[in-house]
Amino acid sequence: MTHRKHFILAAEGVSKTFDGFKAISDLNFYMDEGELRTVIGPNGAGKTTFLDLITGRAKPDTGAIKFGPLGIDLIHMNEYEIYRLGIGRKFQTPTVYTDHSVFENLLLSLEGSRGVFATLFSRVTPAQRDRIQDILKIIGLSAKEQSKAGSLAHGQKQWLEIGMLLAQNAKLLLVDEPAAGMTDEETAKTGELLLSLAGKHSIIVIEHDMVFVRQIATKVTVLHQGTVLCEGTVDEVQGNERVIEVYLGRKHQRN
Amino acid sequence: MQKTFAKWEALAIVVIAAVGLVVIPCLNAFLPHSSPFYISDFAINLWGRYCCYATLAMSVDLLWGYTGLLSLGQCLYFSLGGYMMGMYLMRMIGSLGQYHKSIPDFLVFLGWTKLPAFWVPFASFPFALAMVILLPATLGLVFGFLAFRSRIRGVYFSILTQALTYAACLLFFRNNILMGGNNGFTDFKFMLGFDTRSYSTQRGLYIASVLFLLIVYLGFKWLTATKLGKVQRAIRDSENRVLFSGYAAANFKLFIFVLACVTAALAGALYVPQVGIINPAEMSTEKSLEAVVWVAVGGRGTLVGPVVGAIFVNALKSWATRAFPDSWLFILGGMFLLVVLFLPRGLVGLVEHAVRLLKRAPEQPPAPSDPAPSAASPPPPAAVTRLPAE
Repeated sequence: MTHRKHFILAAEGVSKTFDGFKAISDLNFYMDEGELRTVIGPNGAGKTTFLDLITGRAKPDTGAIKFGPLGIDLIHMNEYEIYRLGIGRKFQTPTVYTDHSVFENLLLSLEGSRGVFATLFSRVTPAQRDRIQDILKIIGLSAKEQSKAGSLAHGQKQWLEIGMLLAQNAKLLLVDEPAAGMTDEETAKTGELLLSLAGKHSIIVIEHDMVFVRQIATKVTVLHQGTVLCEGTVDEVQGNERVIEVYLGRKHQRN
Repeated sequence: MQKTFAKWEALAIVVIAAVGLVVIPCLNAFLPHSSPFYISDFAINLWGRYCCYATLAMSVDLLWGYTGLLSLGQCLYFSLGGYMMGMYLMRMIGSLGQYHKSIPDFLVFLGWTKLPAFWVPFASFPFALAMVILLPATLGLVFGFLAFRSRIRGVYFSILTQALTYAACLLFFRNNILMGGNNGFTDFKFMLGFDTRSYSTQRGLYIASVLFLLIVYLGFKWLTATKLGKVQRAIRDSENRVLFSGYAAANFKLFIFVLACVTAALAGALYVPQVGIINPAEMSTEKSLEAVVWVAVGGRGTLVGPVVGAIFVNALKSWATRAFPDSWLFILGGMFLLVVLFLPRGLVGLVEHAVRLLKRAPEQPPAPSDPAPSAASPPPPAAVTRLPAE
């Protein structure tokens, strides 16, 4: 396999089986630095499992997942080591610290001290404060700075979690269904936000909402039964016969 | 810089410290027994023990309320601290025991003529104190490392902590580990040259217990306000998010677990010379469960809660075991059920609720001008202000 220099993420021959169910099977996935990639696929196609494999939440049975120009192998690293390489993840259901204020949620996500004793004596610097204010503006939660994250509306929690990825300043953002539970207007704003981040960051977005996909997508990867079915622009993918088959019914199956 | 203390809280701490550390000991030491303000030696001793319980409860709450780690074995560390102090106290008996030998009575009874090697250094108080800290810390470190590295969480963690306590309890019942077996250590005579049976020594131990409780309170107050404290609560609320935010959650849990173990152990070390006995019954699982009930009743996830809960439940126990000797466990269990069902934030939550109601009240037209929240305040403040009366 020839390696191009600029892959931010390269997954080769990755398989993962859960109790006999092949969640991911011989998956090959390459992504350029700065790219905004959308991954779609029917339920059970292995989208979230794929993110689990990248972020160290699950280990693949076979295959390799390499990150960055140095091709760092992610397979033998755990969640926080992978995070520290610069890979951030937003979960499907918004996962924020409900008992902390919005400000504290962002503070805990900012780059910087992660060790036990470092956190014991770390103080909030003015630069960190400014950075948090900037992020609050970007995600539109400035007014909610001191509110508990648990009191936010569903859409706001999604935004906060995206904000937490921004605070981390991740190189690769993995965003699982950011538009779930959002109003049309919020969805559009989320799309704009992701578009504005592309280039500076590499982003993988998993999404079901085709309007949203159309808004943000330059390149779409379709997963089906744990493997890549096809890749291309939104129009190419939507016109692809096999994709239509997978999404609209399996007409050959009965034969 | 966050505000660590509200004004009222700082004031309350100063008042409680002054009353607990100065006023009460003075009332005990300098007033004639006939004075209505005299505080009995029995009360001093009782409150010294309550303070040790309260410190133990705080260590439970640091784990349970702040980190989401329900330890059902915190009395193990409390007892280990107590045993280490007990070894020192046993050595200080010298040849004043029943057998008038230079080694502790139970060893004579077991047929020993010479002190076993591991007993030798316990004649030194600094050594014993170091062991009070090091032994529980090491056990906590090893147990915590294995449990957290294997990502044992929730109820599985609780069961393991309980199993460990039970195992230790059975171990300490054995005579052949030379730790006093069934009877444990008792009949203490001297500590740092002071007679532990004298009222003035007991008063000193009471003061040390209050002081230690205050130090732990302030220390935990500071700790939970640091970024580490924020990570700690983040682990409680969403451990996955913490891991995926680059924190090695296991290391944080380990640090807090060891800290809680050491805190409990020091409380145990202060407790033993005040009750004059340490035996394996202190390690039994129900003791640890009781400490969890104190925290639940007082209000977990707060720092005042465990203190209030420990004192309230133990004061209730002192009274109920005399008034209804057979029903105490039913009262305890019933109280736990009530708190779990109706007071998720315990007595502290109840007070907060009452304060909110009172604050809202004056806005209504027929405002009650009486600014006495004490009238409506439920038990906790009562438990605290009962301090001098007991």
